[in-house]
This record gives sequence, C-alpha cells and structure tokens, in this order.
Amino acid sequence: MSSPEPLSTLPRRRRPGEPLPSGSEWRFDLIERYDREIARVAEGYKLDTYPNQIEIISAEQMMDAYASNGMPIGYHHWSFGKRFLATEQVYKRGAMGLAYEIVINSNPCIAYLLEENTMPMQALVVAHASYGHNSFFKGNYLFRTWTQADAIIDYLLFSKQYIIECEQRYGEEEVERVLDACHALGNFGVDRYKRPPKRTLAQERLRLKEREEHLQQLVNDLWRTLPHRDAEDAEQTEVVFPGEPQENLLYFLEKHAPLLEPWQREIARIVRKLQQYFYPQRQTQVMNEGWATFWHYTIMQTLYDEGLLADSFLLEVLHSHTNVLTQPGFDSPYFSGMNPYALGFAMYRDIRRICEEPTDEDRAWFPDIAGSDWLKTLDFAMRNFKDESFIQQFLSPKVIRDFHLFCLIDDEESPAWKVGAIHNDEGYRAVRETLASQYALSEREPNIQIVSVDVGGDRSMTLRHFRADRRPLAPMYKDVMKHLAYLWGFTVRLETANEDGTIEPTHEIKVDKRRRPDLALAAALRTLP
Amino acid sequence: MSDIIDRRENPRHKSAVNSQRFLKRYRAQVREAVARAIAGRKIAEADRDASISIPSRDLNEPTFQHGQGGKREGVLPGNKEYVTGDEIQRPQGGGKGMGSGASDDGEGEDAFKFRLSREEFLDFFFEDMALPDLIKTQLTAIPQHRRVRAGYRTDGTPSNLAIVRTMRESLARRIAFQGPYAVRLRELEAELEALGGDEADRDDPRVIRLLEDLEQVRRKIGAVPFIDTFDLRFRNRVTQPLPIAQAVMFCIMDVSGSMDETRKDLAKRFFILLHLFLKRHYERIEIVFIRHHTTAKEVDEEEFFHSTETGGTVVSSALTMANEVMTDRYPLDQWNIYVAQASDGDNWEGDSPRCLELLVNDILPKAQYYTYVEITTGEPQNLWVHYEQARASRPNLALGRIRDRTDIYPVLRELFAKKDKVAA
Repeated sequence: MSSPEPLSTLPRRRRPGEPLPSGSEWRFDLIERYDREIARVAEGYKLDTYPNQIEIISAEQMMDAYASNGMPIGYHHWSFGKRFLATEQVYKRGAMGLAYEIVINSNPCIAYLLEENTMPMQALVVAHASYGHNSFFKGNYLFRTWTQADAIIDYLLFSKQYIIECEQRYGEEEVERVLDACHALGNFGVDRYKRPPKRTLAQERLRLKEREEHLQQLVNDLWRTLPHRDAEDAEQTEVVFPGEPQENLLYFLEKHAPLLEPWQREIARIVRKLQQYFYPQRQTQVMNEGWATFWHYTIMQTLYDEGLLADSFLLEVLHSHTNVLTQPGFDSPYFSGMNPYALGFAMYRDIRRICEEPTDEDRAWFPDIAGSDWLKTLDFAMRNFKDESFIQQFLSPKVIRDFHLFCLIDDEESPAWKVGAIHNDEGYRAVRETLASQYALSEREPNIQIVSVDVGGDRSMTLRHFRADRRPLAPMYKDVMKHLAYLWGFTVRLETANEDGTIEPTHEIKVDKRRRPDLALAAALRTLP
Repeated sequence: MSDIIDRRENPRHKSAVNSQRFLKRYRAQVREAVARAIAGRKIAEADRDASISIPSRDLNEPTFQHGQGGKREGVLPGNKEYVTGDEIQRPQGGGKGMGSGASDDGEGEDAFKFRLSREEFLDFFFEDMALPDLIKTQLTAIPQHRRVRAGYRTDGTPSNLAIVRTMRESLARRIAFQGPYAVRLRELEAELEALGGDEADRDDPRVIRLLEDLEQVRRKIGAVPFIDTFDLRFRNRVTQPLPIAQAVMFCIMDVSGSMDETRKDLAKRFFILLHLFLKRHYERIEIVFIRHHTTAKEVDEEEFFHSTETGGTVVSSALTMANEVMTDRYPLDQWNIYVAQASDGDNWEGDSPRCLELLVNDILPKAQYYTYVEITTGEPQNLWVHYEQARASRPNLALGRIRDRTDIYPVLRELFAKKDKVAA
C-alpha cells in the first residue's frame, strides 16, 4: 500500500543551497526570518493558529512568569511570592535551568522566549510554542470549550484590579484569607458539564454589579424562605438541599454560602474562573506537549530538507530535542514519572507511522486509521481528545513495547508490589487502560461532593468523600476543612463513603452560628500552617 | 507575520509584591532564621544576603489529595525482566513509590529555602531594634560617594566652564595658527620697507603685488577666531567613595560566667550595629576583639563569642590591654578609634576606680567615641556608677543599660546623630 505524499502541498526543495544564517547569536531580524520560514512550513502542514506575539524576556522576567503560572498579569498573593523565591533559589544556585519558553493560551498567542537562548534554540522554541502549542490551543475541544483566548488577558486584568480594590477597601489580610480559602478548594472549583459564556472586560465590569446584587438576593431568598416553625414541624417539612450532590465545591459556596459578602463571592468566582482556564491544561499534558514537540521536530526537519538549515544548526536543535525526550526507566535515579513530551511525541509519530506504513498489527488494532491521510488523522486526534481518551484510543502495542511499559499494583494489604500487565499480547489492553486512567482527573483527585445542607436547622454542611480502592485522603484535608468552614460560616462535616456502602463520619469543624464566623475562625485560621 | 517584541526592558520584579507578602506572612519564621544566620556570622559580614530556610510544613497550601495507603495501580516505563505476576519487595521507608505521588511544588521536603537580599536581611535584623527609619535607610544604603575635581575635559555643562583654562587654550591656538602668517607678514612688511615703505610707488607692480599679499595675510590672521569651541575646557568631576579614612573598632566583652548566651547575643547585635555605622563612614575598618574575666586577652572573633570562661571580673585588665594596643598599632594620626564595651556590670569592687582613671586619662582622649552597654535587668553596678562620673566631662562617652533589643539603638543614638551632621 502506498503512503500518501506527506508534503504534497509544499514545494519540495531538496537541499538546493543557501541556508539561513546559522551562528549561535540571535538577532531580531534573524528571528523574524526564521519565523517567516517556520510559518510557511506550518501553513503547508495546515496548522491553524492564532496570530503570534513573540516576546523576548530576561531570566528574571522568566522567573516572574514561572511564579505566576506563566500568566503575564496576576493578582497579588503570597503563594506566588513563595513560588518565586523557590525558583530564584534553585536557579541562582545553578541547580536548575529555566524553561526556554512559556506560551500563553491567548489571542494573539503570546510566547515568551528567554534571551539567553541561542539562535537554533529560538527557532526551535518558535516552532514549538508559536505553531505547535498555538495550534493545539486553537484546535483542541477542551480549550475551545473552557477557555476564551480572546478574553483571558482582559479577565486577568479585571481580576487583578478587582482584588486590589478589595484590598484597599477591606484590608489585605481579609482578602488574603478569602483567597487562601478559595485556593484550597481550587481544584474543586471546575464546572465540568456547563459551558461558560464568553465575555469581554467591558461586559465583565458591567455585569459585576448586577451579579453582586443578584447573588446576594439569591442567597437571601434561600434562607428567607425557610419555614419558621417548631421543632416537630420542621421534621416534616425538611428541605433536601442541594437536590443533587455537588462536585463543584467552590461554585456552590459562591452561590449559596449564607454569610459571604458580595465581594467575597466575586473573589471565589475569580479563583474558580482561573481554575477553569487551567482545567484543559491539566488534562492535556501528554497531548499538548507531544503535539508541540512533534511539530517542532517535523518543521525543523522540513526546513533542513529544503536546505534552509545548516548542519550545525540542525544538530543543536536535535541535541535539545533529544534532551527533552529523555525517558528514564522506573529504576533510574532520574526517574520522576512518565515524561509527557516523550510519550506524546512517540504517540503522534506512531500515528503518522500507522498512516504511512501500517503493519498487520496496526491494521488489526487501528483499522480506521491504518493507511489514511496522516495529516488529517493527526489533526482529528489533536482536536477531539484529552490525555485519558487519547491514550485509550491511540496507544499502540508498538509504543508500549518501545517504552517497555508495565503495570505495577501497590496494595497496602499485600506485603509486596505486584507486576500486572506487561508489553505482551495479553497485556497491551490492560496497560493501555491503566495508563489512560492514570491521566484521568477523576483518578488523580479524590471524589468529594457536597451531599447535604441542613437548611432547616443549624445550617451545617456535609461533604462526602467517595473512597475508591480504599485510598484515604491526605492528612491535610483537616486544614482544607478549616478553610471550607470559614467560607461557609457554619459547621462543616466530612464523611467517608466506603466501597462496601457504609458511611462513617470523618471530621467536623464546629462554628457557632450566633457569632460572626470571621471572628470565630480568624483564630482557628491563624493557627493554620 | 508574527509580532516580535523586545520585553527585556520592561519592569522586572513583578513578583516583588508577592515576595513581600510571603515574607510578611511568615515573618516570625523568617526572623528566627535571620537570628540563626546572625549568630553564625562574623561582625564584619553581617550585612550580606543570606540563604534562609524555614520548615516547609508551615507553609503548605492544603488541598484535598489522595493520601498513602489503599490500592494503587500505575504504569511505569523501562521494564527489563518482569513478567505478569512477579512480586517486588516494597522498599523500606516509603521510597518514591510509584512515581505518581511526587509533587511538583517542592512540598513534602523538610525545609523551604530561599534567598534574602542584603536589604531584606538588614530589614529583619533591624526589626525590633527600634531603629528610626532614617537610620535604617542610611545603614542599608550602599556607602555614599562624593564628587571630586579631577582635571579638565572638553565637554560639559556651561556651569562647569573653566574660564582661565579655556583662555589659555585659546591663546595657544591663536599663537599656533597665526604664527606662520605673522612671520610672513613681517617678511612682506620688510620687503615693502625696502621699496620705500609708505612712500613706495603705488603703481609699481611689485608694490601692488606686495600690498595684495599683505592684505591677504592680514585677512588670514584676522580669520583665526579669538575663541573657538575647540578651546573650551570644563572642570571634570568624578565620584569617589566618601570618606577615605580608616577606623579601628575595639570590641571589649566580659566573658565571665555570668554572661550567658542571650547576653552575648545582645552584645553581638550591639557590635554589629556599631560596625554597620562605621562601615558607612570609613572605607577601611579593623576590629580588635578583647575579652576578659580577671585577665584580658586579644582573640579572634570565633573565640570571642564562643568560648566560655568562669571566674571573677577585672575590667581594668581589658582597658589596659586596649590602651596598649592603641598605642602600639593604631597611631592617632592614621586611625579613628571606636570602642564598644559590653558587660553585665559586675566588676571587682576595688577595680572600678582604676577603670575610671584609665578611661578618663588614657582611652577617652584617644577615642572618637566610646560606648558602654551594661546588659542587666537589675540595679546599676559599681562600674556603671564610676563610668557615669566620667560622662560629665567627656561628651564622647555613651552609656546604656540594655534589657532587650529595643534598648540597643538609644545607646548609639547620639553617635549616629552627631556623625551624620559631620558627614552632611
């Protein structure tokens, strides 16, 4: 079976000569020339991207960017300072190099390039970030659903200003306490099923006041309609609230916490919104990094084939490329989990291989894509999956073999670790299944939901941890509960649902409803680490 | 076409606010760490940046996470020999487990390490010593510079124009440029004289030519300007560290048994503060450490703070030794002498009058400033009483009784005020 011509849309110039300047010093005009060539090749491969904005920054600025999750603007919080100091410490000791690049999912797509990079590195990074990541941001369904590339910079600006205003009005400490509490619940602040509406900064401001009033109204209604009856009457009319268990803890608090001030609700919303923005990134590490790596590799190789890159230039590019792709074995002292770059790159390469040169095994495993147009297949894979489903769908026996993947079962109750499936015919599917679930957020994070609020009585809130595989919560859940109690303002309880169906109380933080919870909890929170 | 923007000149330290918030939030822990760092530092090196570590369990950001235990299954790369069903002995002490639990936040480590800049470090050092802000700023600032004259340069502002020097240049230039013409002028005039001078025949072609030449040479001489930008000279000024002088600081400390670690720590802070002050005013500072109980000994800094002695106290032994060292090694015309003495105030009863005598007759006349701190919570001791007598006649003696860190600065206040007036 003949494979389709991969570069049919590109004029194939086979090393006709005249490479681009190849020294190691970069200059603005050089970056521009390389960018032009890279853009041309990317377009030939039909990469659909946002316009690019490439910014050269210094090492110090890169550390700033690190500390704020790569975002160019951010509200003030001590935890970002902590991250900055930690980065600075390891960087200045020379224990760690800085990232060559940071790219932001925005429109235009902003990529930060470190000024210390050599020219080949800058070219590599432009291809990687400004065309690889950029097209992923624009194409992948999770990013399309959960993030608004047009609005993010505006929203960051809005949130920073809003929080500064709050600090001026209510004091830094008050605001910090709310932020701390919201950060603790951040991972449980994503609305998984609803699609957020798109808004710009102007609309956001306009809606702010409206929302504040409306939210407060909503809360007041909830609590006002409570029947004021005697104890025995209350038994009969007990309201079940919420109607269904709620997994978006932060959203629930924002909408229903009885004692929060409007500005506190808005801050909860800001934290929740930003978490939502990072939500797709948390679920597409392998896909995203693999995609960007695949394309910087393919684009650089194409430029070389066209004769535009000098040998020395390509060698440096490949040197960095292979460094990034190192995957130490589980028994190596350098092992720190699966390398998403290596796994993702291998999978995309393998999909291309399956399209271009399928074996019998591939035809059996992937009848739909074996022998198809690789560009279209790759594009489809990039658009419609997240790590979990991507691995489930496309991890081939060949990649499992190449990585020598195997399953390991760590059960507290057995004295030793047990080897499960390995890279053989019996094992491929199980390995694929396990690896896929390893990247599922629902596996990585404990399942905790709000199951009831005692609206008729003491307003206490009950959360339930649905335990899976007998895994307990990490002990710091007690501190999270304190933050939760602070936001809720009344007693909060945590119970554990075991796999056998039994439910046991786990933890309780009592808050006296007659006292302002701020005062009651202020002391408790100060003892918090 | 991509936009390519150079952001390197954009403001740095966007995280500065956040770092400050972090330091503020963990002030207590950082302060402890700074105190530990100070204890381990030499006096002369007190104001350096520092690597600080505080327990990381204190600054975790809690979230709901899976804990250890239960059943986990994961996929690992790099299988060499295992087949399904193999069992692997669980490593002792936890180990790295299956690689999925490693957090990227550096959490779970024992200590959170970061760097404090020199300014931040001093800020923590000054904290709770109740230094006025002005003094803090002055001590934190990098030593001042003074602009001094250093010859002349060819460009500058009009206010720096050196007129005499400019005129000299102008004269030199005029002499140089007009010189050849002046010679020629004299020749032509001589020729004209030979042809009859003023009465020469105006129609004689030789005379006509001579007159034309003369006219031309005179024009050329006139064309050389009186003053040219080329002549301008401006006074040149360069910055020099201020002032260029040297000082020696005598640290005298009582190390008898009653000086415990807390008191030594207070004494050390006192010495550091004085040293910081001197560092601001003197380019070169030497420190002499003299410790004493019944006898005095000159030691290095390590021994000064860390070895303990027991026994009685004879302060005069140290004063005698300090006086000898001054006389031998630090001639007054080359050195500014400062003395800082710390003691718990105990002294052998008969010795204090002798101390007073030494102080008034020998040491105070030589020293720029003498500070004495008595680290005690009780009544003034006999040494204090005698020193007080000296203070009446000697303005360069400062006495202070300190109980905690806030008491240190007031002892030095006068010195700071006085010296800054001199420097201003």
